[in-house]
Amino acid sequence: MEKYLQLILVSIIIGTLTRFVMLKIDYRRYPSYPHGYIVHLGMGLVASALGAVALPSILEKDFTAVTFLALATQQFREIRKMERDTLGMLEQNELVKRGEDYIEGIAKVFEGRNYLTIFNSLLVSICYYWGGLAFGIGAGSLGIIISVFFRRGKRIGQIAHVRSGEIRFEGANLYVENIHIMNVGLTSSRKIYLEKALGAIIEPYDDNARATLANVGQRMAICHDAASLLGVHKDVATPEFMPTARLDLDTGRVGVVIVPIEKDLDCFLEAIRRTPVLESAVRKPMQTQIGRIAAD
Amino acid sequence: MSEKRIMAVVTTNKDIIWGGGCPIIEATSFEEMERIALYLSRILDGAVHDLENGIYIIVKH
Repeated sequence: MEKYLQLILVSIIIGTLTRFVMLKIDYRRYPSYPHGYIVHLGMGLVASALGAVALPSILEKDFTAVTFLALATQQFREIRKMERDTLGMLEQNELVKRGEDYIEGIAKVFEGRNYLTIFNSLLVSICYYWGGLAFGIGAGSLGIIISVFFRRGKRIGQIAHVRSGEIRFEGANLYVENIHIMNVGLTSSRKIYLEKALGAIIEPYDDNARATLANVGQRMAICHDAASLLGVHKDVATPEFMPTARLDLDTGRVGVVIVPIEKDLDCFLEAIRRTPVLESAVRKPMQTQIGRIAAD
Repeated sequence: MSEKRIMAVVTTNKDIIWGGGCPIIEATSFEEMERIALYLSRILDGAVHDLENGIYIIVKH
């Protein structure tokens, strides 16, 4: 096993590095620093070790060792569950909820990144074995770049046009242009809406995007992201200031209203554009014949 | 989706309300109705909705 030591070490180092590069802390302060970081780097180390030893064990004709990979998938599913539980627990105390779909999406991402780590460290070990150290490191670097590329999902700005929308009241009913948002009873609350609120209209580019935006979880994610970036003028006892996104059933457009702490329209629109499109919300009816014919 | 529930009704026009199931509070003026609705909404964590016929309902969402 001595002759493989260097190969395994290099693979583990590059594999862990892959996980580190993908582990980016963002404005949601998630994963929390430093402990969330350590948990995920630790799991990344385990993942890259699994990827690194796969090739040597095959070369040594120790095929049963590969079954460890099956154990690994079990382990990473556990990560997904862990993330889901943690976020679900914290959700109870969020003023503006993430929503189940968003949580599931984040949990899935954490699981997926561990697989990318395994693949990359396996790639390094294979390239190292046949092409030497430099080739191994080169392939590993390329793997990291590809992983970073994989990390980026689609964003709302890519599937829909986001523009500002005028907020108005018809009696007690709040509208963004022609989209009814909610009924606001108190005159004082209506005044705050007219003074401080921001409105936006999201116009889907095609019918696939329309179906995605119709997903309730996706709209919750938009509200959550906008609220966490701009702040929200709301406490537990003021449910009428909940950021809300409602659908225009005739056109598929979405109207969004938020009462932010920082009233900055451009930042608000950018926050919506940068909201990730949730995997669970993606619908592609136009890829089927029935969907295309129905859309005519 | 969680269940929605009317927690209280505040009105200046008690004659048009029938039945119950929740407290119905009569106010003598529009200002009083606004004030009572505000208090109730903050106490009960409910949202105030205006039915535009002199009735405010406080709804738990």
